[in-house]
Amino acid sequence: MEENTILTKQILNSAVVKFVIYKPLIARSARAGQFVILRGREGGERVPVTLVDWDKEEGTITVIIQSIGKSTSLFNSLNQGDKFLNVAGPLGTPVEIKECGTVAVVGGGVGIAEVYPIARALKEAGNRVIAVLGARTKELLILEKEMTALCDKTVCATDDGSYGLKGMVTDAIEQLHNGGEKINVGFIIGPIPMMKFTARLMDKLGMTPYASLNPIMLDGTGMCGCCRVTVEGKVRFACVEGPMFPARTIDFDELIRRTSEYKPLEKQSLQAFEKEHVCKCGLH
Amino acid sequence: MPNPSAPRQNGKQLDPQIRKKNFEEVAQIFTQEEALAEAERCLNCKNPRCQANCPVGVQIPAFIALLKEGKVGQAVAKIMETSLLPAICGRVCPQEKHCEGNCVLREKFGAVNIGMLERYTADTARKEGLLQPPVCASATGKKVACIGSGPSSIAAAAELARAGHTVTVFEALHAFGGVLRYGIPSFRLPREVIDREIETVKSMGVTFKTDVLIGATEKVADLLKDFDAVYIGSGAGLPTLLGIPGESAVGVYSANEFLTRVNLMQAYKFPQTDTPIQIGKHVVVFGGGNSAMDAARCAMRLGPQSVTVAYRRSAAEMPARAAEVAHAKEEGVAFDYLITPKEILQDESGRVKGIKCTRNELGTPDAKGRRRPVEIPGSDFVLPADTIIVAIGQRPNPIIAKTTPELKTTERGVLELDEQGKTSLPGVYAGGDIIRGGATVLLAMKDGIEAAHRINAYLKEGK
Repeated sequence: MEENTILTKQILNSAVVKFVIYKPLIARSARAGQFVILRGREGGERVPVTLVDWDKEEGTITVIIQSIGKSTSLFNSLNQGDKFLNVAGPLGTPVEIKECGTVAVVGGGVGIAEVYPIARALKEAGNRVIAVLGARTKELLILEKEMTALCDKTVCATDDGSYGLKGMVTDAIEQLHNGGEKINVGFIIGPIPMMKFTARLMDKLGMTPYASLNPIMLDGTGMCGCCRVTVEGKVRFACVEGPMFPARTIDFDELIRRTSEYKPLEKQSLQAFEKEHVCKCGLH
Repeated sequence: MPNPSAPRQNGKQLDPQIRKKNFEEVAQIFTQEEALAEAERCLNCKNPRCQANCPVGVQIPAFIALLKEGKVGQAVAKIMETSLLPAICGRVCPQEKHCEGNCVLREKFGAVNIGMLERYTADTARKEGLLQPPVCASATGKKVACIGSGPSSIAAAAELARAGHTVTVFEALHAFGGVLRYGIPSFRLPREVIDREIETVKSMGVTFKTDVLIGATEKVADLLKDFDAVYIGSGAGLPTLLGIPGESAVGVYSANEFLTRVNLMQAYKFPQTDTPIQIGKHVVVFGGGNSAMDAARCAMRLGPQSVTVAYRRSAAEMPARAAEVAHAKEEGVAFDYLITPKEILQDESGRVKGIKCTRNELGTPDAKGRRRPVEIPGSDFVLPADTIIVAIGQRPNPIIAKTTPELKTTERGVLELDEQGKTSLPGVYAGGDIIRGGATVLLAMKDGIEAAHRINAYLKEGK
């Protein structure tokens, strides 16, 4: 078996694909909260993607990718038996897993997949884990079954009310709090505004929030400083010091600005790609 | 008869007005006539000062003599007796500080253009199929790992392979060459030159692996289980930022990020390549070293209205190679001296709109003898800019030291070596920017070669 080969591909919804990739060196040392850098083609970007699962014995890693731009669309067009050009990792600092009583793992959209390994590690460490899962609509809510099986309690929220609570994850957290749940710590992964408001709410309710940040990265090894974020007024490199940081003092607005820097160019790149790409991925 | 008083050949350069719009190599290879004329200038000194001052000990008069006789293949073999990467050295070595700076002709007639002759020899021999990888000693059965694939590590790998060891090079990124690939632009060092030199090392039996970040994918301790010795040449992959307010504004790049986007990711070919880069109308580069020149000249090629290098001391103290400064000026890069940035100013959307700076005057010399910049009180002014590149140096990437507690480091984060060039961990050697903090390609190569010799002795004698 050649490294970087896709062993299985599973389409989770119209934009989200789960890949199991053969990569023994990474499977051997991966820990919850770490990520890999993927490249799909010569001339391709280096894209950071969270490790969702890994299997030391099988030598495999699992990633779940949402197609947003050209590179992620290209990734999701790969099929079983195809190879990623590059898979580097495991990168970033693993999340420090401690016993801290009741913990909420909060996932928004594809962030649910990213928070899954943290939920598992927290459970293994003996915590009571509550999953709070949010998505725009029912179709986009992924891994609900897995989360329900793993966690002590799972609450879902959809923006349109098509499944679970109608509203945001923040509404769900408030409801849990008002219902008497004593949540001590929260791990939040999702879109930046969702992380910002969830962190703010958790802080207000006396919980300690952590958020996994997704700034633009280039090398992912601490070399370029592109991924710098401001936490407690200090510049930190998310690729090596993160991606998980104490969320109370994260400058989320700066992160939004910095991640928007290339939006127009990314759009241009995606449009050109869609024009010439004859889709074989089964998603469209 | 040598002809030292003949004019020094400088070769041809691409027209600045044309080259500032592309990434083609600026300095053109010598023609055969130019090469022979320049070779004739060499006096073939008995005690060649050029050679004594070459960090990698290239046998300069000997290779030039062979070149004069038209024996290009033998000339390149002569260079490769001590340095296996002649096409790279010929291009990026600061010759004015080493060989050419010590040529006896320098004062009176101008030094022999050794850099261009080395490059001519390497390129011509390669083109004519005369460049042979050196013969390796019979296999020793010993295995050595080299961490990083930059100049230091590949120089070490080549020397170790020549001594008969089985060598594996581990690179964290997706392409080989380290700083040669992500830092130095193609107009100074074409990508094919890096590829070919690495091919030579591969043809000596060295295995190259991408996507392995030692310290993350595998630890040094893991390597020591599989290898008899380890060479750490992981470089200075940690940017220094200015440490002033506004540094995370949109439009502020570290030189590492800017150069990596342009050189490694080839963002200048976007959207043919997928990594974008954003260039404003007015670019300001802080710094005065070779990275600052590379960043400024790359920026110029992306088509802004102006590029300004802002340096905190005066022109005389700038550490960049003289040729790079001259090339940058020809391409329209402006230089503004005696400036210290104080704060990066942003517009409502968080984009850079300028830098609050102060003017300096030169004070007393520092430990290195360079006069210190001293701020002039009340000299605040605003430099308009919408792209800022911070090129004020790098520090060693801490990932190996952090994950290898047995390795001793200094306060500056560089690995500590004993007098024998060993780290504090038996069998582990190091060189290049991981021990220097931020030096040159040539000193990195020198460290790699010297470490390889020490590793040879260690593997032979077991100490």
